[in-house]
Amino acid sequence: MCRLFALTSQDPVSPMLAIKALDVMKEGHDGSGMGLLLQDLGGPFEEMKDAPILSGIFSEEGIRRLDLFMMDMGFLTKYKISLKVPKIPVEGIPRRDLYLIRAYELPEDWENLTREALADRLSDIRLKIREMGEEKKDMMVFSFWPDTIMIKEIGDPLQLAQYLGLDRKELNARVIMAQGRQNTNYAIDLYACHPFFIKGYSTMTNGENTAFIPIKDFLSSRGIPAYTGYQSDSEVFAHILHYSLVELGLGIDGYKHVITPLQESDLVQHPDAVFLSHLKRTCRSLIIDGPNCVIGTLPDHSLFMVQDRKKLRPGVVGGKPGIYGFSSEICGLDAVIPDRDKSKDIQPMHLDTAIVSPERQEVNICRQTEALNLPL
Amino acid sequence: MSSNRSLEPSALSLNDLPWQIRYSDERCTLCGQCTAVCPVKAIGLEVFRKRVIKTSIRKDAEQTNSYDTFYGVRQRTAVENACIGCAMCTLVCPNDAIHPVKNPGLDRMKFHINQQGVPRRRGGRRNVSASILDRIKFTRISMLTDPALDAGRHEFEMRTLLGRVLSPRENMKRFREKGWIPPVREIYPLIIGGMSFGALSPTMWEGLQMGVAYLNEEMGMPVRMCTGEGGCPPRLLRSRFLKYVILQIASGYFGWDEIIHAIPHMKEDPCAIEIKYGQGAKPGDGGLLMWHKVNKLIAAIRGVPQGVSLPSPPTHQTQYSIEESVAKMILSMSMAWGFRVPVYPKISASSTSLAVLNNLTRNDYASGLAIDGEDGGTGAAYSVSMDHMGHPIASCIRDNYLNLIKIGKQNEIPLFAGGGIGKNGNIAANAAALIMLGASGVQIGKYLMQAAAGCVGTEEDRCNVCNVGICPKGITSQDPRLYRRLDPEDVAQRVVDLFVSFDTELKKIVAPLGRSTSLPIGMSDALGIDDHAVAQRLSIKYVV
Repeated sequence: MCRLFALTSQDPVSPMLAIKALDVMKEGHDGSGMGLLLQDLGGPFEEMKDAPILSGIFSEEGIRRLDLFMMDMGFLTKYKISLKVPKIPVEGIPRRDLYLIRAYELPEDWENLTREALADRLSDIRLKIREMGEEKKDMMVFSFWPDTIMIKEIGDPLQLAQYLGLDRKELNARVIMAQGRQNTNYAIDLYACHPFFIKGYSTMTNGENTAFIPIKDFLSSRGIPAYTGYQSDSEVFAHILHYSLVELGLGIDGYKHVITPLQESDLVQHPDAVFLSHLKRTCRSLIIDGPNCVIGTLPDHSLFMVQDRKKLRPGVVGGKPGIYGFSSEICGLDAVIPDRDKSKDIQPMHLDTAIVSPERQEVNICRQTEALNLPL
Repeated sequence: MSSNRSLEPSALSLNDLPWQIRYSDERCTLCGQCTAVCPVKAIGLEVFRKRVIKTSIRKDAEQTNSYDTFYGVRQRTAVENACIGCAMCTLVCPNDAIHPVKNPGLDRMKFHINQQGVPRRRGGRRNVSASILDRIKFTRISMLTDPALDAGRHEFEMRTLLGRVLSPRENMKRFREKGWIPPVREIYPLIIGGMSFGALSPTMWEGLQMGVAYLNEEMGMPVRMCTGEGGCPPRLLRSRFLKYVILQIASGYFGWDEIIHAIPHMKEDPCAIEIKYGQGAKPGDGGLLMWHKVNKLIAAIRGVPQGVSLPSPPTHQTQYSIEESVAKMILSMSMAWGFRVPVYPKISASSTSLAVLNNLTRNDYASGLAIDGEDGGTGAAYSVSMDHMGHPIASCIRDNYLNLIKIGKQNEIPLFAGGGIGKNGNIAANAAALIMLGASGVQIGKYLMQAAAGCVGTEEDRCNVCNVGICPKGITSQDPRLYRRLDPEDVAQRVVDLFVSFDTELKKIVAPLGRSTSLPIGMSDALGIDDHAVAQRLSIKYVV
């Protein structure tokens, strides 16, 4: 079972904090991959919140192809961080030419685009680069989105962080998600590494997704180009989040009703019973059967955690005003926020969605039996 | 027969018959029960004459012979009296003196069972015991990474939807704008398929209805039963139990005069309307109730004269194209109940099923599609149709489901699979395999008759005389002397037994796969089979 740690902090912090948490939960991951998402960035990126940042891994040949492609599209590099890797290889970490984190100036004629149109175009470009990279395996792209950096690599998280120099001062963020991967059913593939990102929404998960195939079939047949990939059975959680919030216009309180709807006896007593029974029927193919703990972020930088119906996966939320952590294990939380009031730690149960809003003042628990904010 | 007499072409010996009676005159008490119970008069009490020769080694002794007689049971060899293997004789024999055995050699009856130019007709099944469904295994067992669930203690929601489910966005839009949203029923995924009042005896039908009512009201299992094409008893139409019933309309429209007139008096809407266009056992052929079974009661419910055979046309005669057959008829039936009742067609599995499905996807009023495979049963059909016409259900359901995925409507039009589910007794495994191939639920018929009423039919061409109303168990007979053998209360009890045990078995299959909160429709990654070609055809894993 993978180990997850997410952090939301009023002041930008180094990703090393999250890596530290993964390191204390080390027995739960096997070095088959580490994924890191940084959002609400600090440092030099603070001044360029609207500039899309491309994150990925490229070979020398790949970067040349990328530059040509991006120039053709009218993108100009605004800022970049080059992660220089040491000359001496580390066992268990593959050799790469370049880990790219590059912010772009939007093409001039894009300035008047609506948010939705801009989101679609950025997503299309990410998919195009990914597709180009599939041919020669010279480009891998994890995200292309403003205020977002994503780093993925195979190896032990702490070793990787040292290898990539993630403690550098330009790299800090207010929202961090990190996963130490425990490889299970699927081949080691960087695209299978959490967190998964789609148009501002991101999730990471632990546990197997036993309903993967029907969910994948449903999402891939929606006619939305970004619903693709699925090297990991967990990628669908990010796409369901996007589908629920963007395509269906639900709030985050509705996400849980899509993935783990209430059972009949609870449903009929719910204040929005009629709406929810329609939602349950129409989104039947998106019901996850767990066991899964999902941690995710929203475009407004809220952080949340939900459990599946069976609550067979661990997950704890705790912290203090200004900084909150979401962790697979309490020891991870202890490593990062030792001075919190532990009596207020929350382990969300099968009906709960734990949410920390961008103000980062408290953990809100949204119970599934409560009334919803309906998109009506 | 003397050896110097001429032979009739259809004169058969015992050796030519499909079933042979083994009889022990030592054990027989000559009570006559076997000969009385035999539905085809295959055996009779007869006098046997035997010559006894008395010889001696003494030269002076007289060499004599005498003629002796004894009484015993003799098997008849006339085509119309050929033993059907039902073994009712064995059931009633107090001394275990008699039983039929299957002829291990070539059954020559087949060449003669067309006397007076009438080909063989029968009830029952295709009589092929091989089953692809039986060979499908569930291979994706949750192990340490995702713990298997406890089938006995965990909570499960094994329900399915019958009705047109709109896409989430469209449904939300109509919900917001208070538009029409097609009716959807949440039901149990094992459905009692269409077997008409007429094909089944009154006691059998009553037993099924009581069992279904008990399952719904006492066990909380939303089991539904389809009427088949034979109408519905008037009291049931006007009762609250109608909500557990799927009314079937087929090309003969039998009983629909009564149903239409009862609409204003209905306390509840029926669960759904099934429009039968085809039946897996005899695709392209209409329903058939032979005259033997059309008694006063059946004639009254169906609105027809007594004692005439009732062949439904192969297609709905007022309609000539798929637009007519499907769109208009679905719309008319929907309208009759104010668009509150799901209406769906049932077709035989066929290589043309996809065309029907594609048509339905463009029709908001179509609530689903039931597909009946070649292993489906029937009360009466020509043997040639049953044996040689039709399409296996597994690949048909799979093709249709994959096609729905392609157009993104897999959650919108539920597919129901029928035909041969549990034909070798493995009902839960067969049903689960079809659900994971893409069916939203399955329909059963023969299994129910076997399990709930003791039907003796097997895939060995045993019995299969449902068509002529002489069912020795009283399941498919309209003769009170026969159907009173069946107590409706006992049938109801067995229906409940069947569904409750099925439910446990279904959980025993899905729990190890880690599934509990929704029916694993289309979870094809769980399936494997030891045949490469089949695995490829069904897009499931090849395992050896």
